[in-house]
Amino acid sequence: MSEATNEIKSSTQRYKSGVLKYRQMGYWQPDYEPKPTDILALFRITPQEGVPPEEAAAAVAGESSTATWTVVWTDRLTACEMYRAKAYRVDPVPNNPGQYFAYIAYDLSLFEEGSITNVAASIIGNVFSFKPIKAARLEDMQFPVAYVKTFRGPPTGIVVERERLDKFGRPLLGATTKPKLGLSGRNYGRVVYEGLKGGLDFMKDDENINSQPFMHWRDRFLFVMDAVNKASAATGEVKGSYLNVTAGTVEEMYRRAEFAKELGSAIIMIDLVVGYSGIQSLSNWCRDNDMLLHLHRAGHGTYTRQKNHGVSFRVIAKWMRLTGVDHIHAGTAVGKLEGDPLTVQGYYNICRDTHTRIDLPRGIFFEQDWGALRKVMPVASGGIHAGQMHQLLDLFGDDVVMQFGGGTIGHPMGIQAGATANRVALEAMVLARNEGRDIKNEGPEILKEAAKWCSPLKAALDTWGDVTFNYTSTDTSDFVPTATAV
Amino acid sequence: MRITQGTFSFLPDLTDKQIAAQVKYALDQGWAISVEYTDDPHPRNTYWEMFGNPMFDLRDPAGVLQEINECRKTFPNYYVRVMAFDSTHQVESIVLSFIVQRPKDEPGFRQVREEIDGRKMRYTTQGYAVVAKPEGARY
Repeated sequence: MSEATNEIKSSTQRYKSGVLKYRQMGYWQPDYEPKPTDILALFRITPQEGVPPEEAAAAVAGESSTATWTVVWTDRLTACEMYRAKAYRVDPVPNNPGQYFAYIAYDLSLFEEGSITNVAASIIGNVFSFKPIKAARLEDMQFPVAYVKTFRGPPTGIVVERERLDKFGRPLLGATTKPKLGLSGRNYGRVVYEGLKGGLDFMKDDENINSQPFMHWRDRFLFVMDAVNKASAATGEVKGSYLNVTAGTVEEMYRRAEFAKELGSAIIMIDLVVGYSGIQSLSNWCRDNDMLLHLHRAGHGTYTRQKNHGVSFRVIAKWMRLTGVDHIHAGTAVGKLEGDPLTVQGYYNICRDTHTRIDLPRGIFFEQDWGALRKVMPVASGGIHAGQMHQLLDLFGDDVVMQFGGGTIGHPMGIQAGATANRVALEAMVLARNEGRDIKNEGPEILKEAAKWCSPLKAALDTWGDVTFNYTSTDTSDFVPTATAV
Repeated sequence: MRITQGTFSFLPDLTDKQIAAQVKYALDQGWAISVEYTDDPHPRNTYWEMFGNPMFDLRDPAGVLQEINECRKTFPNYYVRVMAFDSTHQVESIVLSFIVQRPKDEPGFRQVREEIDGRKMRYTTQGYAVVAKPEGARY
């Protein structure tokens, strides 16, 4: 690299008014050894033509920390060398010419404790619109355990959720009430009751059910809780339905959450679009009120799906575990929505690991010590059915909520039968797995055996058995030879 | 009414061979098995009576099955469940729980609705068998 682009060591030269390259200002430090207390970020960058990758990486480091476009003397009033983020490594992305992985280290003092909002404002604040790069994607982050411990994390977590619900040894089952819009409160509660009585653990409001003209929120909550309690008495099991408290203001969300609590609900729900601060406030409320917090990742696809630009969902999953949610939609791999199986498994690991290890095929670039932060229950939802039970159990294991919306409510024999089909398929598959059977390959056989004595399962398999969504995934790891489809 | 608590309540009652296979799976994971019984299967009745402590040191499925059968023989008309405990850090809880015996007749639960202010309702779940008779004489 030419002298002209190296960091300028002389203070008089470095702080002369004018414009310097970001590398010259000290944001590119190839010899820098990240400290154990640094926050690390990995960006996938696509520099503009003629911009060297090191300069683009330095620019990302600069714009996401202290830099502006020109030299300012006021830097010299601060410990600016410490505050500068350091791009310390740039690797070409395998098989993607023009794209680079840029590793950047941030000093812990750059961030406010317990605030993902602050992390986001720094790391993805301005830099994604920056002209010298055509595109940028935040692929992964690592948080030192010292910073992790400034967050309270999930109010309930997987273990305590299971203890409260008295449900062990198998994935939980849910369904989203459908149609998502238009049902009256009374009709809506009917769907909830049928699904829960038939064998589901949870029903769920959809992301856009708030308080519309066809069903005001209080009416929904009252009818839904009637259905939940009735189904609990009918089965002898603890049941729940995620009451979506998402509203225009946090004050209104608190009001709705309070009402859900008065009615005895075990769980409330919010959408990702309420924002990180709103989520954390509701998380604290849940902690104080023994309430599970379900997060629907509404809106994430606008910035997580394309590989060259945006924020990977694995980063959102990390942020949400810190912010503190109990459930998060994390993909199905086999359903109707985007999701390469390995990449999706990476998200699940972030939610559930005690200590996450580097796993490039699953898109995990950094280790992460979670510092005993509670685990988030991932939710698999969107276009899945009983005929895929073996694949879902094999991919995701026990700690997951599987949500079959259409796959319950669209059952030819009715909603209860749809729920029973899913529950029987699930229990039969868990039993077989525990007996040592190879469910990945024998799965269809195991389902057929159970369908012999369970006519709802037979009807489900006859209706949907062959339905698959085999499209090539957009968001795949660059470290596996070919895009995988199940 | 069939109470559907537990991991396998939607399947036909497990045979001894099937129970032994689940026990073997649990032991192979390093979990400890516990046997519990009750005549109050209310969904929020967390603490069923323990048929002895969890069997931390018994690693033989046949031996565990013998304990299960002992419990079933002692309380022939009670609910009996088998639970597995995982002591791994950040689990430290139950990881499998399934019913291995039920009373011949399961009358189920009555839901009591108390109308309170506004349109709100207070719900209470009561087991028919539990309300009718004292502990030990219910099923």
